[in-house]
Amino acid sequence: MKGGWSMFGPNLWRMKRFADSVPELIDLQREINRLFSSVGQAAGADYPAINVWEKEDSLVVTTELPGMDPDDINISVTGSMLTISGKSKGDPLKAGETYLRQERELGNFQRNVQLPFQVDSPAVEAKYEKGVLNITLPRQKEDLPRKIQITA
Amino acid sequence: MSDKDLQKTENTAATERIRNVKTFVPRVDIYETKDALFLIADMPGIDEQTVDVELEKNILTISGRVENGKVKDYRLVFSEYEVGDYERTFTLSDEIDRDKIKANVKHGVLRLELPKAEEVKPKKIKINAA
Repeated sequence: MKGGWSMFGPNLWRMKRFADSVPELIDLQREINRLFSSVGQAAGADYPAINVWEKEDSLVVTTELPGMDPDDINISVTGSMLTISGKSKGDPLKAGETYLRQERELGNFQRNVQLPFQVDSPAVEAKYEKGVLNITLPRQKEDLPRKIQITA
Repeated sequence: MSDKDLQKTENTAATERIRNVKTFVPRVDIYETKDALFLIADMPGIDEQTVDVELEKNILTISGRVENGKVKDYRLVFSEYEVGDYERTFTLSDEIDRDKIKANVKHGVLRLELPKAEEVKPKKIKINAA
């Protein structure tokens, strides 16, 4: 035990140098966290792919989600944020059955889309046809551009 | 969900269309059971009218025609995916009973059941005691 202390003791001076480098270490850790934070959810963030269509008073977001049960698709709008989430299921395989090829996207997905305006959420409509989801998002009336009268 | 390429793959080998549209390779799952092979292809935008399954000799071709994915009265402002036709070809082994192939389409997914021919189904051999 005594020997252990004597070995540790002379090395204590190093602590000062370590303390000096703490801010750098924290920065490094922050950087590493940032790099790795999206690893697990990279695919989730980009799936499904969307197309956005525009008209003066509304937007349409379309996305391809083949083979879903419409009840498994969740669409929610909060302010100007649209969230599409759900779970696509594969065929349940019995024991002894094997996949020879597995290329389709299965599992949970969630996609958040920041819209350029406040959405009139009660008026949002969604349609699911032939595996394509079509969401119509009308702009809130108060949020529409107003024509300003110029008084002479 | 894996980190594989999320974009649709263009089928550059497919015969060119008269219409100026791209042709994509549908993603498929294939699994095998005791009696059949099941092929499930993601082809969003197709229905039973616009999909074709053809079997010539042992070449199985699945194709789908998709009307342009345009939204009427709207203009496209942001695009992450393209809309086009689908085509993909598979070589089947002789084990498939061609006359009993079944196909159906639901929510943009084509599902094919390819029953195995009787003679290749695993058979239990009875062993008689001598």
